[in-house]
Amino acid sequence: MTVRTAELLIAILLALCSIGLMIKSAELRIDWVPDRGPGSGAWPFWLSTGMLLACLATIVRWFRKVTPESTNLDLFMTRETVLLVGISAGSIVFLLVVTHLLGIYVALFLFLLFYLKFVGRHSWLVTVTMMIVVPIFIFCLFEWALKIPLPKSISEPLFYPIYDLMYS
Amino acid sequence: MEDIVLHLIGGLTEAMQPLNLTMIIAGCTLGLLIGAMPGLGSVNGVAILLPITFLVPPTAAIIFLAAIYYGAMYGGAISSITLGIPGASTAVATVFDGRPLAQAGHADRALTAAAVASFVGGTISVLLFTAFAPPLASFALKFGPPEEFALMVLAFATFIGLGGDDIPKTVFSILVGLVMASVGLDIISGQPRLIFGDIDGFLHGINFLVLAIGIYGIGEMLWTLETTRGEVMVHKVTISWQRMKHNCKDIKNYIKTTSMGSALGYFVGTLPAAGATPASLMSYGLAKTFSKDPDSFGKGNISGVAAPEAANNAASTGSMLPMITLGIPGSPTTAILLGGMIIWGLRPGPLLFTENPEFVWGLIGSLYIANFATLLINLAFIPLFVKILTLPFSILAPVIYILCVVGGYAPTQTMHDVWLMLLFGVVGYLLRKLNYPVAPAVLAIVLGPLAERSLRQSLLGSHGDVSIFLTRPISAVCIAIAVALICYPLVQKLQKRRRADTGTGTG
Repeated sequence: MTVRTAELLIAILLALCSIGLMIKSAELRIDWVPDRGPGSGAWPFWLSTGMLLACLATIVRWFRKVTPESTNLDLFMTRETVLLVGISAGSIVFLLVVTHLLGIYVALFLFLLFYLKFVGRHSWLVTVTMMIVVPIFIFCLFEWALKIPLPKSISEPLFYPIYDLMYS
Repeated sequence: MEDIVLHLIGGLTEAMQPLNLTMIIAGCTLGLLIGAMPGLGSVNGVAILLPITFLVPPTAAIIFLAAIYYGAMYGGAISSITLGIPGASTAVATVFDGRPLAQAGHADRALTAAAVASFVGGTISVLLFTAFAPPLASFALKFGPPEEFALMVLAFATFIGLGGDDIPKTVFSILVGLVMASVGLDIISGQPRLIFGDIDGFLHGINFLVLAIGIYGIGEMLWTLETTRGEVMVHKVTISWQRMKHNCKDIKNYIKTTSMGSALGYFVGTLPAAGATPASLMSYGLAKTFSKDPDSFGKGNISGVAAPEAANNAASTGSMLPMITLGIPGSPTTAILLGGMIIWGLRPGPLLFTENPEFVWGLIGSLYIANFATLLINLAFIPLFVKILTLPFSILAPVIYILCVVGGYAPTQTMHDVWLMLLFGVVGYLLRKLNYPVAPAVLAIVLGPLAERSLRQSLLGSHGDVSIFLTRPISAVCIAIAVALICYPLVQKLQKRRRADTGTGTG
């Protein structure tokens, strides 16, 4: 897909999202409510209308070939970029899914193993050191110092002894 | 004047408290590192690290974040000079002459000039800040909802008029940020709004940090990954006491351009759409115009390093002026600071000076100390920073992703927000590839609730009569400037076309 095609596709997609937002806002009152001023939906409704107009302007400019993107016939994303960005975004999705299933600390462990060993091709020493240091650092900073419990899912019981130590 | 001096002394004393001083030193050091790393700038650092400031009281927290902001402006020069890659967009202009100097073996000379110029820029701008902030805040106390709304319209208009980006895309970015801010319970009627797919997570709204970390954490890393391919090449820096002494003698060669750049940077920095990047580029242009030897610029002129560095530091302080006095952030970084202030339970705007003087003056005092601390840390640890820059990207990237995920979870403690953050990061990255500016959206999501409230209060007061914005003098002036700013690109275009027509007509 060229940059030119992407420009049009994204503008159309954003225009459709704007229409969706307008419909969603119009579920509430968008007119003047006596003694209460503009209805709850008015502000987002008119903003989304503005978004739609901005997208239409981009589409018109695309047809008139005004913007640099509308005349750019380079690839929007080269195969190499898709791979680089895809691995990163994919590995974060993996991190989040494993967090839901097994808890964040198991997820961090596996995420670092994957990223450092298989993407970065670092030595086992670097990989294992990071796999130990980073989760401990995150635990100390967030759970111990900030008192923000991170999601642990089914791995929660593993932390009971540590909680005992922390809160005793 | 006497009052200001007394308050300033109080502020300096507050900033010298052990906790605050530690925060300044930690913030400056971290800021230097963050600024030096390609792909990370002050805005990324502040967005990713804001959640951890819940650990300390608000004054210490803002001092820490402001020190990061400050340090990052210094740090950007380190990678511009040694790697030839700007550490942040604010240090782009520093590459023009910094890189040729490093290639010629004068990296230390360029680094010293950058540090000294940043210090001068910081000092001049903090002095200007101290002088301007209190009168501006007391003037802003007269503002009612119509003035507040008009001021926000003005802030957004600067993006359209001066942002230099594609106008429809800028407008889209502003509006999408405002719409995102309206998700959740309506501030006046309490009705749930825009709850997509009846997902409960949307009931508490979209936290600005989710968007900020998404765009400036994940999106930025993806962007950096694409542009640098994870590879960097470091120039060698040789530093000795002898060379340092020689470099210090160099100062007289660039002190004039530095002072000029500082004043320019400060004023450009106060404008919401402008900020440190255009300030540094303008300062570079100015230094070149006024130079006796303009041809040497781009080939390793030391003033070409000093001018943009002075301006970007001055601009970072400048952008805090509207944030503290008017509650309107002057840059994406200050937008995040403003959001942080709301989380800490403070009300940004002119009342801060009367309601929380120790907070405001503590911050101002800390700027003086941070400026000095950063200069010392920078000069003392340049070799160390350069060493850290050689850290492979494949180690840095996962650590930043993890900080983003955990930082996105911390404010609301729901996984819903983390998924949303990832979505914003990826979408933000794709839109950025198509030249959609992302900074207006971040500013808009922070200002959104305030803008809506002031608009609805104004309309309620005037019984739906929109002329209220034009009949009150201050708001009328703001709206008039906003309209002029919005029309400015159109006028420019027409002029260009007319010039082209006459050009072809005569030629």
